[in-house]
Amino acid sequence: MSTRDLFTFRNGHFKIGVGITAVMLVVTAIAGFIVLPFAQPWVQFANVWDAICSAAGVPRRAASVTAPEQSKRLSDVVLTSHTLSRPSQEAIGRGATLAQRCAICHGPTGISRADSPNLAGQYAAVIYKELHDFRSGARTNAVMSPFAVNLTDQEIADLSNYYAYLPRLPAYHPTPLLPKPNIVIYGAPIRGIAPCGACHGSLDNKTGSPWLEGQSEAYMKAQLQAFASGERRNDISQQMRNIARAMTPQEIEQAAAYYASQPPDVVKAVD
Amino acid sequence: MLANRKLILAHFWFAFAVFGVALTLGAWQMFIRSPIGTWLSNPELYYRSLTAHGTVMGYVFPTLVAMGFGYAISESALEQRLVGVRWAWAGFWLIVAGSIMAVIPIALGRASVLYTFYPPLIGNVFYYLGVVLVVVGSWVWVALMAVNLRVWRKAHPGAPVPLAMFANVAGSYLWAWTAVGAALELLLQIIPVAAGLKATIDAGLARVFFSWTLHAIVYFWLMPTYIAYYAIVPRAIGGRVYSDTMARISFILFLVVAMPIGMHHTFADPQVGAGFKFIHSAFTALVALPTLLTVFTICASVEIAARLRGGRGLFGWIRALPWDNPMMLALAFSFVMLGFGGAGGLINMSYQLDASIHNTQWITGHFHLIFGGAIVIMYFAIAYDLWPHLTGRELTDLRLIRTQLWLWFVGMIVTTFPWHWVGILGMPRRMAYFDFGDPAIAPQALSVTFSAIGGFILLTSGIIFLVILARGMRAPQADAGPYRFALAVHQPATVPVALNTHALWVALMIALTITNYGYPILTLALTEGTSVPAVYVGAQ
Repeated sequence: MSTRDLFTFRNGHFKIGVGITAVMLVVTAIAGFIVLPFAQPWVQFANVWDAICSAAGVPRRAASVTAPEQSKRLSDVVLTSHTLSRPSQEAIGRGATLAQRCAICHGPTGISRADSPNLAGQYAAVIYKELHDFRSGARTNAVMSPFAVNLTDQEIADLSNYYAYLPRLPAYHPTPLLPKPNIVIYGAPIRGIAPCGACHGSLDNKTGSPWLEGQSEAYMKAQLQAFASGERRNDISQQMRNIARAMTPQEIEQAAAYYASQPPDVVKAVD
Repeated sequence: MLANRKLILAHFWFAFAVFGVALTLGAWQMFIRSPIGTWLSNPELYYRSLTAHGTVMGYVFPTLVAMGFGYAISESALEQRLVGVRWAWAGFWLIVAGSIMAVIPIALGRASVLYTFYPPLIGNVFYYLGVVLVVVGSWVWVALMAVNLRVWRKAHPGAPVPLAMFANVAGSYLWAWTAVGAALELLLQIIPVAAGLKATIDAGLARVFFSWTLHAIVYFWLMPTYIAYYAIVPRAIGGRVYSDTMARISFILFLVVAMPIGMHHTFADPQVGAGFKFIHSAFTALVALPTLLTVFTICASVEIAARLRGGRGLFGWIRALPWDNPMMLALAFSFVMLGFGGAGGLINMSYQLDASIHNTQWITGHFHLIFGGAIVIMYFAIAYDLWPHLTGRELTDLRLIRTQLWLWFVGMIVTTFPWHWVGILGMPRRMAYFDFGDPAIAPQALSVTFSAIGGFILLTSGIIFLVILARGMRAPQADAGPYRFALAVHQPATVPVALNTHALWVALMIALTITNYGYPILTLALTEGTSVPAVYVGAQ
């Protein structure tokens, strides 16, 4: 007997094997695609085909769900880890010229003495996203918004590349001024808070998250409070709002103070 | 007689050496996130270790054991020299090279993505290429098993294929097909992104591809264990296999229903339709069938041995069993763990019950109990059984072997039972750190501490295992005779072609894969706008 005699309905094993498998498949398919969808009283289907499509996961917009109205603008920037990853020298040069107008708050070398964010060495994707958000109105600030509103896409990219090119405050901390607070290193797993350091430096960095070390304590505190109150809302998928809302006021102060303390004094003195 | 002993020993030694390393990492992980360890302040180190542990234990260790055991089965059950020895060595070295290639980026912290890859997390491309090499190396083995069986069939037209080889080849075909899912995920999705050709990835589709591999891979891990149940245990304890036909049916059932069930791993995933989840759930229930058949057949086979040894009464025969025989002990431990693990598995595969334990520590407890417990303890037994035939030296210290098996059993129970429990209490898995000072989880601290202690018992047992094997290499020489497998009560003279070949069952396996995976994969692949930006591990 060869395999040729196997694949024929004259062979009992073939008949039984294929038959049982086919019956199982048909029965489970009927149950999964027809019986069970209709067994859900809270879902209405127009007909059997509608139920089958639903159970098969055919992509479509559910009729009963309407997208919630957005009263305020949300960020529409899409970032990947390749965003602005290979800048040209010309772009950096153009950015340097454009940056003259930013220097009054953000410092001539990108290091601010006015509780504005330090931009030197900040990730290009971060500056790119914030400028876009200021321009679109997803993020607003009395001082910053008027600067951003007239920038072109090209200018935003050039500025981002220029500041990313400037030397950053070193992340090397021979004598940290403050011990690492729990919220930065562990987060608070019970409240669903990831460690700050997992995205913003000290442990790791994730695309779109700013490097926080050496930023102004007052600025970071204000931003966390703005996220917590919902006043600032340009974070993608409410990532920061969810975290800031769950943080205690004490944790907000600890995180801001810790990150602000990170660059050694000697670096600040050079500026 | 085993002609290629060096080849088989190389597989086993490399498998057990990397097992030792991964076991140590595992014990350290249990310790460091338990209340008795002081937290490192760096979750990255934890995930690095976890990736290494999973990659070795999931891909390298069981694959090498299945391969080494497969070569031994091919030579001894078919009583013919292995055809394609050079290819076999090439496959082995591919796996060694792949393992090293994968481990270097992990050790450097460039691939802390865990062994299940978790896109859109993307690690260093050499990690994935290393895994591909391991899989390719194992496919060489699959081909060799098919070729060797073919050569034997030509020489023995119409003769029944020995059960061990029939099961071994079934396992190799299962692996060949199930590995295709992860291979598709790696080649079409992850590697192009890791190599910098793309910056976005369809994480939902990638997860569906991985589920194709993720469940049947467990049955590939299980195959050597089941072969040991049927083909080694009855012989080792002086009994016979109760039914050769039942054994064959179990193995072909694994071939058919182990594959189209992986979506019970994606019950919480929105990109898969509920109808397909139900079908996969129903087929997962079917996979309990070959295991129940096996438990029945093996218990009957063991009873035969007991009655041959003078056992009497309804249950009195249990006392007559050779309990000082390590194989008997390993079988009993394996069955107990299989029972508890299988019961837990029934909960995982139920759509509604799964919701209460999905992504909790219950799942990690479950697969450690099944794989680390029921399966790996039989890998130990296989090694003990084969060692004298591979080294030409006797393993004399039976007491130490029994101690090792006892420690593994006790350690696995102490590790996994509290692990299940904290899962029911809602403790999430894949977390590097828990603040047990928090009142919300403080009551779980005791259970987690027990788990960690169990981890150290397992580590002790693993070290003893390696010591026994190493000492076995230097024991006095003794001829162990030819390596034989158990005979059935009614040794088959002829076997129907359906139970003597794999073609029909492989065809059904592929057909069910198409019906159960075809539509979800096609729609996800053809739907626009389903990709998300990749998140690069360690990228700045």
